[in-house]
Amino acid sequence: MPIEEGKEFRPKIVAFCCNWCSYAGADLAGSSRLSYPAEVKIIRVPCSCRVNPMFILRAFEKGADGVILCGCHPGDCHYSTGNYYTRRRMALLFSMLDYLGVEKGRTRVEWVSAAEGAKFSATMNEFVKEIASLGRNVRLGDLRCRN
Amino acid sequence: MQELIRRGKELLLEGTVKRILGWKAGDLPYNPEPAFFETEEELKDFIYNGFCGANLSKYMIEAARMEGKTLVFLKPCDTYSFNQLLKEHRVEREKAYIIGVGCRGKLDIEKIRSQGIQGILGIEGAEGDSEGEILKIRTLYGDRTCSYSSAMLERCHVCRGKEHRIYDEKIGESADTRDRDRFGEVEKLEAMSPEERFAFFKEELGKCIRCNACRNVCPACSCRKCVFDGNQFDSAQKANADAFEEKMFHIIRAFHVAGRCTDCGECSRVCPQGIPLHLFNRKFILDINRFYGEYQAGEDIEKPCPLTDYAPEDIEPGEAAERG
Amino acid sequence: MYKIAKEHLPALFRKIAGSRELYLPVKTAGQVNFAPWEETAAADLETLKTVKSPKDLFFPQCETLYTCRQEGGSLSVEPETLKEQEFVVFGMRSCDARGLEILDKVFLTEPHDSFYEARRKRGTLVVSACPQPEETCFCSVFGIDCAEPKGDAAVWPVGEELYWKPLTSKGEALTELVRELLLETGDREEALEEEKAKIREIVKQLPYAGLSLEGWGEERLLERFHSKKWEELYRPCLACGTCTFVCPTCQCYDIKDYDTGQGVKRYRCWDSCMYSDFTMMAHGNNRTSQMQRFRQRFMHKLVYYPANYDGIYSCVGCGRCVQKCPVSLNIVKVIRAFSQGEAPEGGGKNA
Repeated sequence: MPIEEGKEFRPKIVAFCCNWCSYAGADLAGSSRLSYPAEVKIIRVPCSCRVNPMFILRAFEKGADGVILCGCHPGDCHYSTGNYYTRRRMALLFSMLDYLGVEKGRTRVEWVSAAEGAKFSATMNEFVKEIASLGRNVRLGDLRCRN
Repeated sequence: MQELIRRGKELLLEGTVKRILGWKAGDLPYNPEPAFFETEEELKDFIYNGFCGANLSKYMIEAARMEGKTLVFLKPCDTYSFNQLLKEHRVEREKAYIIGVGCRGKLDIEKIRSQGIQGILGIEGAEGDSEGEILKIRTLYGDRTCSYSSAMLERCHVCRGKEHRIYDEKIGESADTRDRDRFGEVEKLEAMSPEERFAFFKEELGKCIRCNACRNVCPACSCRKCVFDGNQFDSAQKANADAFEEKMFHIIRAFHVAGRCTDCGECSRVCPQGIPLHLFNRKFILDINRFYGEYQAGEDIEKPCPLTDYAPEDIEPGEAAERG
Repeated sequence: MYKIAKEHLPALFRKIAGSRELYLPVKTAGQVNFAPWEETAAADLETLKTVKSPKDLFFPQCETLYTCRQEGGSLSVEPETLKEQEFVVFGMRSCDARGLEILDKVFLTEPHDSFYEARRKRGTLVVSACPQPEETCFCSVFGIDCAEPKGDAAVWPVGEELYWKPLTSKGEALTELVRELLLETGDREEALEEEKAKIREIVKQLPYAGLSLEGWGEERLLERFHSKKWEELYRPCLACGTCTFVCPTCQCYDIKDYDTGQGVKRYRCWDSCMYSDFTMMAHGNNRTSQMQRFRQRFMHKLVYYPANYDGIYSCVGCGRCVQKCPVSLNIVKVIRAFSQGEAPEGGGKNA
């Protein structure tokens, strides 16, 4: 989409949600009539540990301004330990992105259970606000996707 | 060097090994190449000197698929890579006969050139067994000298010590050449502002020509087919189309070897554009040490790799970026 | 013949950049490569070889060919515009200039490569003599005289001065542009002649000076192709693309489509015969082993190209691959391996 001068910046957010907890949490938010911003595009994954760092970087490449990864709470993984690995991987990846000079707030991991519709809604609202304040992602995108 | 050849011949003739993996003299004073030797006669071109920086562990992946045992000469730092490959079942212990060779730091011809020494015809003092502190260099433009230390590869300045982690026998003495803090450069970068760091990496990675030498030389990059070589992407692994692609490649590559990288320094050695690629790997190593406890890949073959392990009380990613 | 004091070069660059784009060797993060001149750029005319050859300026490593856009129900296709701005490449070497002649034969025979052609038309080459050839140089083997540069204009650094001589009408036009900064040498060119003699003397002493190309070229195509030596020569090869990407004559490219989210950009990028997806087609790949890909590089430069273009080799002896190969393989070692006769002569089988 062309950069719309003068118009309010509406960030593009990609949310990876695990099938068993966070996606169900998003469902619950919906059925409880709790809203979350339309800027958030949810991608359902079987487990948060299905998300490899390339998914996150590709999302930024193609124009995402923020990426959030949601999974079951540590200890509650449907596959027992998947999210423990996610936690280590993302800790290292986020630290690396910070090292490269990418704004810290652009990536986030949040644990959302199937019962936490309200948390899902609140998290997304808050994340979108944070990304909106950070502005357009210019440090991690492919220029060819900009015009 | 004569001792290496003598022992090599012996093992070859008595049939303990089928071939020898070492270095073959080049056509210039500084360009020996990795080579397999199968007969006694071929060994006349065998060489071991200051320019034998190449980590032969990588070739042992191929040797593991060959018939019979391969005698391989490994420097102390190369043995870490071999151990790591062993842990990942990429090489076979019983197919390798390892002679740990002494090392007193390996040389980087670019470091010599950058001192304004051009037209190099001969280098004295780089021989494997010599103890000299000074390199005498004969050039087309007169004789020059430089100190051995000033011509050493970056990795030798942060050497992890003289100890071979795995070997069948050892030949030669090693020297501890460490005179810098291994994480010094990383910590210096961490202390900068995000804008300065971004500018630094943009300039360094902007040089990348996507030759993939860093990946192909890396003993940890042992995948039969690299994810970047697939045709599932609309970007190309060989195109420096956009600043993003280089960044993506180097982050992902460093991530794929995180916890497995022994910091052998081959990536920085081979980069034709002199990109300090070790700064990526060492950042991951430093973070692993900080978050999950000291870990040195290749030190042993038992400890689990930090990224295939976890602890219930691990740090949260949000905090990691703060602490890292 | 003209000359200019080296200290006035910034003024010369400023003058050229006033009306044209100017590219010259610039040091960035410790490495010297061709880049646009700016007041703040660290121009470096001393370094003999840039890491990459100036080939990029005519045949970029990556360029968009056209853009497709979908808006509503309509589809638009916009070809990329051809180079229109005049530009000057200052300080390339004789080998790099010959490299362009080799590319010309490929890209300027029918069907013309319009992108390359436009750049060649707009570009003016100022080629410099090499005051200090290095041990990796072997341009003389291919009949190049680095003491007598060929291009649109030739320059010779001599002491604190730079001699300047226009060679073509483009070179004349450029000379006219900077005429006020140049001094006529009159007939006093002894210093220049002395410098040329000095360079030629050094070239004779280079380690690769006596390299023989006997047996290469098209006559022994099949014999070379089927030689057992390739099996040994390729073995240390890591299959990286360093040699092909620093080479001034490598010309293979690949074409891909990039999805921008709003359409497609079709782009081309250099390919490397060292890569596993080189010449990949729908049915797969016709070179399935690294040995075959390795052989392709040298057969192309030393056999196929001469067979197609009047016996001219597609190597200019710049020595970049000699300098940059991570495992010290290079074209000289290959040429020599064959001149030692067909039977392998001692030595280790390369890893």
